Amino acid sequence: MQTHQYDVVIVGAGGAGMRAALEASKGARTAVISKLYPTRSHTGAAQGGMCAALANVEEDNWEWHTFDTIKGGDYLVDQDAAEVMAKEAIDAVLDLERMGLPFNRTPEGRIDQRRFGGHTRNHGEAAVRRACYAADRTGHMILQTLYQNCVKQDVEFYNEFYVLDLLTDHDLTTEDIEDGAEVNATGVVAYDLATGELHVFQTKAVVFATGGAGKIFKTTSNAHTLTGDGMALAYRRGLPLEDMEFFQFHPTGLAGLGILLSEAARGEGGILRNADGERFMERYAPTIKDLAPRDIVARSMANEVREGRGAGPNKDYVLLDLTHLEPAHIDAKLPDITEFARTYLGIEPYTEPVPVYPTAHYAMGGVPTNIKGEVLRDGHNVVKGLYAAGEVACVSVHGSNRLGTNSLLDINVFGKRAGRSAAAYAQTVEQHLPIVEGPTARVEAQLSEMRDRPDGERVADVRQALQETMDANAQVFRTDESLNKAAADIRELQKRYRNVSVQDKGSLFNTDLLEAIELGFLLDIAEVTVVAALNRRESRGGHYREDFPDRDDDNYMLHTMAYRRPTSAPDAADGHVAGYFDHVEDFGDYKVVLGSKPVTMTRYEPMERKY
Amino acid sequence: MTAVLENSTDTSGSEAQAGAVSSFQVTLKIRRYNPEVAAEAYWEEHTVTAHGTDRVLDALHKIKWELDGSLTFRRSCAHGVCGSDAMRINGRNRLACKTLLKDINPDKPIVVEAIKGLPVLKDLVVDMEPFFASYREIMPFLITSGNEPSRENIQSQADRDRFDDTTKCILCAACTSSCPVFWTDGQYFGPAAIVNAHRFIFDSRDQGGTQRLEVLNDKEGVWRCRTTFNCTEACPRGIEVTKAIQEVKRAMITRAF
Repeated sequence: MQTHQYDVVIVGAGGAGMRAALEASKGARTAVISKLYPTRSHTGAAQGGMCAALANVEEDNWEWHTFDTIKGGDYLVDQDAAEVMAKEAIDAVLDLERMGLPFNRTPEGRIDQRRFGGHTRNHGEAAVRRACYAADRTGHMILQTLYQNCVKQDVEFYNEFYVLDLLTDHDLTTEDIEDGAEVNATGVVAYDLATGELHVFQTKAVVFATGGAGKIFKTTSNAHTLTGDGMALAYRRGLPLEDMEFFQFHPTGLAGLGILLSEAARGEGGILRNADGERFMERYAPTIKDLAPRDIVARSMANEVREGRGAGPNKDYVLLDLTHLEPAHIDAKLPDITEFARTYLGIEPYTEPVPVYPTAHYAMGGVPTNIKGEVLRDGHNVVKGLYAAGEVACVSVHGSNRLGTNSLLDINVFGKRAGRSAAAYAQTVEQHLPIVEGPTARVEAQLSEMRDRPDGERVADVRQALQETMDANAQVFRTDESLNKAAADIRELQKRYRNVSVQDKGSLFNTDLLEAIELGFLLDIAEVTVVAALNRRESRGGHYREDFPDRDDDNYMLHTMAYRRPTSAPDAADGHVAGYFDHVEDFGDYKVVLGSKPVTMTRYEPMERKY
Repeated sequence: MTAVLENSTDTSGSEAQAGAVSSFQVTLKIRRYNPEVAAEAYWEEHTVTAHGTDRVLDALHKIKWELDGSLTFRRSCAHGVCGSDAMRINGRNRLACKTLLKDINPDKPIVVEAIKGLPVLKDLVVDMEPFFASYREIMPFLITSGNEPSRENIQSQADRDRFDDTTKCILCAACTSSCPVFWTDGQYFGPAAIVNAHRFIFDSRDQGGTQRLEVLNDKEGVWRCRTTFNCTEACPRGIEVTKAIQEVKRAMITRAF
């Protein structure tokens, strides 16, 4: 075991982690721990753009962007956070340009902007050009630019280190901690993939920037490595997860594969058609049609398929039609995604429509934070020295449905804020707090149990069963029945997980062992997602309940806060509202307890969401 | 939706759309190495069932997940943008996630080994540190002087297009580890580092060109390139790597020296 001391430790080296690192390392001794080489992070897969009301090509302002974000999130957005994001978006884009990001340009040499789903002029009048972009590899350019600047600033990285535990000075899973009492984060435990050695990082501040958990689903645009590590670690340490029932299904995944085709395809004029060639979005969103927010488009597509108007031999997908666009325009604006269609489906988008179907894409929920990036341990108390930003976090700027481009914006705005807050806090702390005795004990026990078990369940079998039940029962359409089925399956899979074994018993690059650990994270995230979805008996944004098809502001205009607690703990969580958010799901030796948190409203009253 | 690989009974609609390649048997002949177990590398063959749109990565996963959990390789995004899974497939550097099995004659065993020129650590995993060290040396970041503009730097779309090709690099090392000069001389910067230098040297906003050209004028710099075009052929992003190297050489003559 090795130990290290830093002022700030950032977990994850995607966009949010590196943006935080650039900020934190200016004033505090900072290390970034990442299970991948930084440039492998999934920020690099983002395509279409990053919105900011620069007004470079047409009239726009950040207040319209705020409104669109709130409406897009079906009013479950914390409005103060959305204001911060839309306002700071402008500097976030300019910062990236000055760091070297090669944006596409207007004829005047300014940053060019294009249309994107749900982004409108003057509160919904028409689509607006707000997305700043670099062809259809904006995320790639953001990731590269941030990494380049980390090299420039000599940021210290621990690459291919998996963080497997969060250390705090109180056990939140069992201790009854009073309102206002101080709880501190003291460090993390990491596993070095190359050697199998454990490292303890003692630190004044920790920033979680570990990304999403798309691998709970089978059809997903997410990388194999997006297994919800940071969310699951927080949850296991007794912290709540917020709004986990809201998962975004991106409308245009390559059919059968889930590989993402950017919304920019529709921003540049692409049209969705059913088997009859009908532009069906005209029926679902008469004003902005194919550029409606993702939840609406994904549901409309799934509905077309369900009602028998799907294309292909099994009528199980719809078509993204780019054939009316000039090949030169496609090459200039959408080179990568058209290449995906050619490589993986053998489809030539110049002349043939591309088969697409919704793919699990983005977790709106996550570790709750305030607008400074501080992590909450309940409805309002923060954990001192613990921060989160990006997809792992829930600020909440995305509410129940994130608008396209707002994730690249989120990581830049709140990554920067979390990094700055963490460094500022670390500077106020004179001495590192002591870490618990035997800090690696939990992780060691977990690893050796799995490695030493001679024979047992195969990781891949349990994972596949999980992904299949999530796709079948907790996807675009959900019901009480389907969600109960998923919960029962997960309960069973959690039991089977306790009996998994790995074949690789070695210390060097034991990815077999780490996949087993990651499966544990996935099961925990799926568990919270399904329990929260069962409780929310309404339809809002990305969470659609066929048995409760309407939004119910009277009872559910609240954030869900899910906690894992021992079976002996009380059923009511902190911030609990009687009558709703009182669902308890027993998983044998622990239970999932739900509470709620009010939605912050500033100036926007909830309205019916029409496009 | 339909399955990708795991479910053998499930034939996907997209397959039919993509030209109906039904399931087939494929054998992978993999170069294995695990210093914890044996000092020498060895070849191992596995045969698995694959489907129409399956890639080499799917076959590797099938082996790892169903037959031998100790088979070790890097991967993440699985669609050719993260750069984790560059490997030598039938003697050519490619990304395993971008190489469809049906496109490389599955009738014969497909030979899979680690990329060359970087130390193999285990199976298909190589030490990437020397590769990233070269990258860092060419100062891969925008260098400017004077006051920062209050808004964005102005750049024409034509100037932006000038270096578009080299912005596509995902640092997968397929080019560098395909280069015969790099195989025999690990000190050579290699194509990827030069590509990333090119990305800044030809960026109209950058003022660090002279410094970078000096770095690359080193005896291990651009002049080591013998224009064999292996790098261009290997690049999974379609970057004209050799051309970029030639442009850097030319800039060295016309600009700096």
